[in-house]
Amino acid sequence: MDDLMNMQGQGHVRLGSSAGQALTRRDGMLKVTGAATYAADNRPDGLLHAVLATAGIAKGRVTHLDVAAAEAHPGVVKVYTPANAPRTALSPDEKIHPFVWRMETLTDDSVRYAGQPIALVLAETLEAAAEGARLLAPRYEAEVPRVTLDDAEPFETDTTAFGRPAGHASGDVDAARSGAARHVTATVETSQQYHNAIEPHAITARWDGDRLEIDTPNQAIGLSKQTFAAFLGIDPSQILLRSPFLGGGFGSKAILYGGQLLAILAARDLGRPVKLVLRRDQMYGPVGHRAPTRQSLQIDLDAEGNIAALEHDTVTLTSTFDQFLESASNASHSLYAAPNLRTSHHGRRADVGTPGPMRAPGEAPGSAALEIAMDAAAQAAGMDPLEFRLKNYAETDPSTGMAFSSKGLRDCYTEAAKLFGWAERSAAPRSMRQGRLLKGWGMGTAQFPCPMFQAAAHATLRADGTAVIETSAADMGQGAWTALAQIAADGLGIDIDKVEFRSGHSDLPDAGVAGGSGHTATAGTALFNAGADAVRQLAELATNDPASPLFGAGNAGVTARSGRLYRNDDERSEPYEDILARAGLDLVRGEGKGAREGEPDRAMFSHGAVFAEVLVDPDLGQVRVSRLIGAFAAGRIVNPRLARSQLLGGMIWGIGMALQEEAVHDRRSGRLTNADLAGYHVPVNADVPMIEALTVHEDDPYVNALGIKGVGEIGVTGTVGAIGNAVWHATGIQPTRLPIHPESLI
Amino acid sequence: MNRFDYVRAETLGAAIGAEGALLAGGTNLLDLMKIGVATPDRLIDISRLPLDRIEQSGGGLRIGAMVRNAEIARDPQVLARYPALAEALLSGASAQLRNAATTGGNVMQATRCSYFQDPLSPCNRREPGSGCGALGGATRNHAVLGWTEGCIAVHPSDMCVALAAYDAVVEITGPGGLREVAMEEFHPLPDADGAGKPPLMPGEIITHIRLPDPGALARNARYVKLRERTSFAFAIVSAAAALAIEDGVITEARLALGGVAARPWRCRKAEEALKGQPASAESFARAAELATEGARPSGDNAAKTPLAQRIALRALERAAAGTPERLPALPASVFAGDDNG
Repeated sequence: MDDLMNMQGQGHVRLGSSAGQALTRRDGMLKVTGAATYAADNRPDGLLHAVLATAGIAKGRVTHLDVAAAEAHPGVVKVYTPANAPRTALSPDEKIHPFVWRMETLTDDSVRYAGQPIALVLAETLEAAAEGARLLAPRYEAEVPRVTLDDAEPFETDTTAFGRPAGHASGDVDAARSGAARHVTATVETSQQYHNAIEPHAITARWDGDRLEIDTPNQAIGLSKQTFAAFLGIDPSQILLRSPFLGGGFGSKAILYGGQLLAILAARDLGRPVKLVLRRDQMYGPVGHRAPTRQSLQIDLDAEGNIAALEHDTVTLTSTFDQFLESASNASHSLYAAPNLRTSHHGRRADVGTPGPMRAPGEAPGSAALEIAMDAAAQAAGMDPLEFRLKNYAETDPSTGMAFSSKGLRDCYTEAAKLFGWAERSAAPRSMRQGRLLKGWGMGTAQFPCPMFQAAAHATLRADGTAVIETSAADMGQGAWTALAQIAADGLGIDIDKVEFRSGHSDLPDAGVAGGSGHTATAGTALFNAGADAVRQLAELATNDPASPLFGAGNAGVTARSGRLYRNDDERSEPYEDILARAGLDLVRGEGKGAREGEPDRAMFSHGAVFAEVLVDPDLGQVRVSRLIGAFAAGRIVNPRLARSQLLGGMIWGIGMALQEEAVHDRRSGRLTNADLAGYHVPVNADVPMIEALTVHEDDPYVNALGIKGVGEIGVTGTVGAIGNAVWHATGIQPTRLPIHPESLI
Repeated sequence: MNRFDYVRAETLGAAIGAEGALLAGGTNLLDLMKIGVATPDRLIDISRLPLDRIEQSGGGLRIGAMVRNAEIARDPQVLARYPALAEALLSGASAQLRNAATTGGNVMQATRCSYFQDPLSPCNRREPGSGCGALGGATRNHAVLGWTEGCIAVHPSDMCVALAAYDAVVEITGPGGLREVAMEEFHPLPDADGAGKPPLMPGEIITHIRLPDPGALARNARYVKLRERTSFAFAIVSAAAALAIEDGVITEARLALGGVAARPWRCRKAEEALKGQPASAESFARAAELATEGARPSGDNAAKTPLAQRIALRALERAAAGTPERLPALPASVFAGDDNG
């Protein structure tokens, strides 16, 4: 509320002129013409190419590397191994903040997972570096690895991802259960998944004396600069980190990994710029993944079909050296009206790379299991799945008792069900057909939290009526270059075409992390406030200047619009240019911050309802998602075109999780058997014949002053369960393992 | 990748007997070189050889080894007379790959067995005598027919399955002259020790694929492919079927399976059983059962046998219903048929 009051106090500007418009991407032309520069496109003079050699075993140690053979290869300049690798200033296991994973920087010969970096080869050409890495022909002392939920080592923990508590209890689940009329259980396993950003992790590092320039795709530019500086033992002011565009991140580019430090250290050691680009198969190891889960749910119902108790337990994997546990059970905290609620997580350690945040971390697998369990409960209660969810609609957050800041979920159910035609659903499994195919209709509720981080921004109005806005936002394809500029333009009260956006490098005010679906809300708030601050200065000048038609109108008495300030008490107005010219100023610069003040006293979530139709061949078990319709309540929609694209993308991720995506290990070697885009399937256009995402109107005066919630991840939630439930409805077979394979349906 | 020489063969004569790996479309070989599975010292680029035409030949067609997959799939003769071949081709890879991949290269493509593609795993096919890394591993996609403990890989081609069903012949030229091999026998089955002897002798090159006159098979031919992703995915199982039907009676039948063995699997027994039988559900069901005779799982793939029978049945049913005027928008898809309402 403080933010809101501040902004109303400024009073001259409001969202809604540019924000809300379905603008096309401002960087679209650059991208389609290839002019947008990605990290790996940089080719500074004197560049050396680096290639990582990675471990072919999952556990044990490296006993020999044929460094001589690699160094003898023409073009190879240097080979770094644990024997000679430059050291970081901090231990690789130092945790300077919660988003630091072990920095694998060749400090010893042990191997903790397949694909772990074990050496770095520098050469004059990429080809020579690649061949040099191959020639290292490592030998190992291998131990038997453990890579799956079945054979991994259990451990107890109080926390899951990002330090969240591993368990929650409200009410009295045991008492409620003993008094309940029906008890429904469901078990759902989800698979190990990889982000598969099309742009591989890349870095180009160049030292100029003691100043370091880094080009690397990154979702948290300011934080990453600090982290690099700490591990390098230099001052953050010595680093310039550029990340103007990311070819997808999905969470994997929010966390730094040791290879980036190795490239930087090599550049310093050798006195030449170094570029390191991961091969596609190297994207399946050192740069994170979504861990598999085994989830067990119990829903206890009273005689009327009300949820009396809800329990959700998750078993999931992390690495042997770091802890990131997929917080899947938390998906049950705030969605349905469970007066008695208990959630828990159990960790297992395996010889795998550390998992990390991947689009809707925790929520994606958790929502999938919860929604399948909800359909099981609806069946037990003899109710339609939508009717059952409405009956158990949470009016307040069941885990905290707090009111929701806003919750347009009923509208989502109504709108999506209407467009889908849900009322025509026939209740019994296997009761709907299309020709010889089984047809199934399923639904799921989508929910995702609305966090805010810390952001700062500058907005400068120039004498010619144009403006520069500055904040180091990360555009990973979601459209930050466009949506944030729209918000900034409204903050400045000018047309967006007059706004120059400087972003994507670390010498700008820090826009915080592009993650948690909170980037637009956080960086947008900072930009809006910066613009409003600039306009406030302008208004002060004008209203105190006897030569201005605005003289005497007072700060609260003028409104900014299309580059002019208007009196509120009569028709007179004046362009920004004139105000600045008369004051003899080249510019006025506003500053703004975006953050949530204090502990929120309301539960803040985006919501949605997703309806899926699947066709299943009854003989062959192949599933096709023939229709997928979602409606989402996500607060103010800054750009409907970009928001829809985000929501559709999330829903398509849901198709992948439900039906295709699965990393398959060889349990003997611990290596993946499908570490490429041919073997690891993500959906293609032909898998998505009909998809639609609606947004319903939602005003949220509490989530932040702009009313922005976030749309980046919520599309995955709800969708996976909707598809699973549709398959269940089509076939009568309750999904217990994702992705659903054809052979499980025949 | 390793250092290698590159030479371009301007004439067939220059290619025959040349030492090195033959490079045509490069869609498979270059991938294998990048991952260290193929390490040739020398590449002989044959992509410009004048083997890029589809010709009439004795009532059938003769397809040059350098004809691109996409060209075959849109050739009017192929579409009219060998529709299952066009459908198989269009169900494979992606549009970009089909524009690059050649006929000969499609035949010669390597298995996608992940253990073959992983130089750190033993593989008799890649390194004779090293053992089969797949046995006992992740084997959902592996063979159920014609495998041995030496190798359980499957051949990935869709095109070859249709070609085998059409009785296609592979024309090979080498230092010793010309020879011909039936498509269905071109790819060796594994022996007890490994993948079997290579299909081509050193210095040999595939020049053409010859398709005999399909006769009455032209009107009733389909290819069906089961997979989890609707495009750009190899078959879990697939089937090509072609029927000649007179007055409701099958006078000739062709059936071949993909995704089940180290070669396209021609189902001779099923074909025999269909001959002279009514084109009926019962006949097809019986044939489908015979199609996988001798099948046994090589690992976690017991489901492949019933799936192969069912895909065979589907292909026969669709073939019997008649080749559609136009190929469906989702070629070979389970969801592409008129049988799905």
